[in-house]
Amino acid sequence: MECRDLGRELPSEPGRFLVQDISFSVESAEVLGVIGPSGAGKSTLLRLINRLDEPTQGTVFFKEQDYRSVDTATLRRSVGMVMQRAYLFPGTVAENLAFGPLQQGRTMNGAEIDSLLSEVGLAGYATRDALTLSGGEAQRVAITRALANDPEVLLLDEPTSALDEAARDSVQRLLEGLIRERHLTCIWVTHSLEQARVMADRILVLEAGRIKIIGTPAEVLPRA
Amino acid sequence: MLEHYVSNELVRGVVQCVIAALAVFAVMLLARRRAPGLLGEISFAELRGLLQIFAVGAILAGLLRGPAWTSIFVLTGMILAAASIVRKRAKKIPRAFVLALIAIGVGAGTILSVMTATGVIPLKILTLVPVGSMVIANTMNTQSIFLDRFRGEVVSHVGEIESALALGATPDVAVELYLRAAFRASLIPAVDNIRSLGIVWIPGIMAGMVLSGASPLYAALYQFVVLATIFSSSALACFVASHLVAGRIFSIHGQLLLRA
Repeated sequence: MECRDLGRELPSEPGRFLVQDISFSVESAEVLGVIGPSGAGKSTLLRLINRLDEPTQGTVFFKEQDYRSVDTATLRRSVGMVMQRAYLFPGTVAENLAFGPLQQGRTMNGAEIDSLLSEVGLAGYATRDALTLSGGEAQRVAITRALANDPEVLLLDEPTSALDEAARDSVQRLLEGLIRERHLTCIWVTHSLEQARVMADRILVLEAGRIKIIGTPAEVLPRA
Repeated sequence: MLEHYVSNELVRGVVQCVIAALAVFAVMLLARRRAPGLLGEISFAELRGLLQIFAVGAILAGLLRGPAWTSIFVLTGMILAAASIVRKRAKKIPRAFVLALIAIGVGAGTILSVMTATGVIPLKILTLVPVGSMVIANTMNTQSIFLDRFRGEVVSHVGEIESALALGATPDVAVELYLRAAFRASLIPAVDNIRSLGIVWIPGIMAGMVLSGASPLYAALYQFVVLATIFSSSALACFVASHLVAGRIFSIHGQLLLRA
């Protein structure tokens, strides 16, 4: 996946960019950590890659194909996204997990759902009401829901920032395990330098909407 | 009592309007802290409504002598005005006027045409305009509730909608839950009107027909016809709007544009 001169200008304020001149690539099975102060444009960057927002400059290439030439719904099925909050849908945990595949016309069977839930430590949760789960459990379901689509790239927008300390550690351990076992390609936005150091193969630092530096943790963190 | 003091019918009507308006003003004054700003809005709306209904009364007095087809112009004017009012209630929904015009036009237009063609509503200006106006006005209210509720549901569920989009859902699927909630909420008053018919209230048409000498039984049956017509028109308009509104709050690339 490659971003080329990606940028977004605020429609209401011409000349003011949320992000600008963003160019980088992510290799298969690589984890790119994105760090930077609040308002630096980290979440905007992920929203542009998932095309939840439209770039006003540049574009993104997936497998050498400009993503503007791909149907948006099809694109989003191969670019999973986990947000700061879980935003589960009303219904059971199983219905939440089956939602993504159903959009592709594929019905998940009970065994598939149980297997996914076991993988994330939620065995037996299939019939639970999704809206009654704790914050940590809900975020686990949100991560699993994104994985059920079998995405080629997973975008993580501070997935642990809205959780309490215990849940944060447990979700982080879960993500570490999933990334290693499934060899996931990830772009992980985080506020935590420690999280970026532990998880990322490379780190991109955003400042005022532009790339300040990109490199390995050893290169970047002393200057971040 | 009023008849005793004011013998002129027109003057008595004005006095009755003033008393009714004062009652609204007094209640809104009492409840002003619960709805800041509504007192000014309702005062203006009352004055405007009074002038409008008086103008319509004057126009009707002239039209009653004309052929039935002239009622089409009156009803079309009402639909245009209704769409304009709905647009003000649905400010954040792009092109809401055209949306409401199509929805109310299709809803009220289709149902009134069917009812007139089958003879349920007599093709007489004296009947068509008052019944048509009731149908259009109620359809307008339902549209306002539908669009206002839908907007509210969407802006309070942006995260859920974008999560669905991020999982590859189309915009229609992403807002399906909120369309259903708005559709249901908008029809609650119309359902309750039918449910409580005759028990809680005796609506205007029936009261008017009885007062003007019609059989109470026929008046009762006809009142049901009017309420059922109102419900069909309102529901059809919401159905049409529910198919058009999603296209207005998303970009062509399936990005949610409506925000708080």
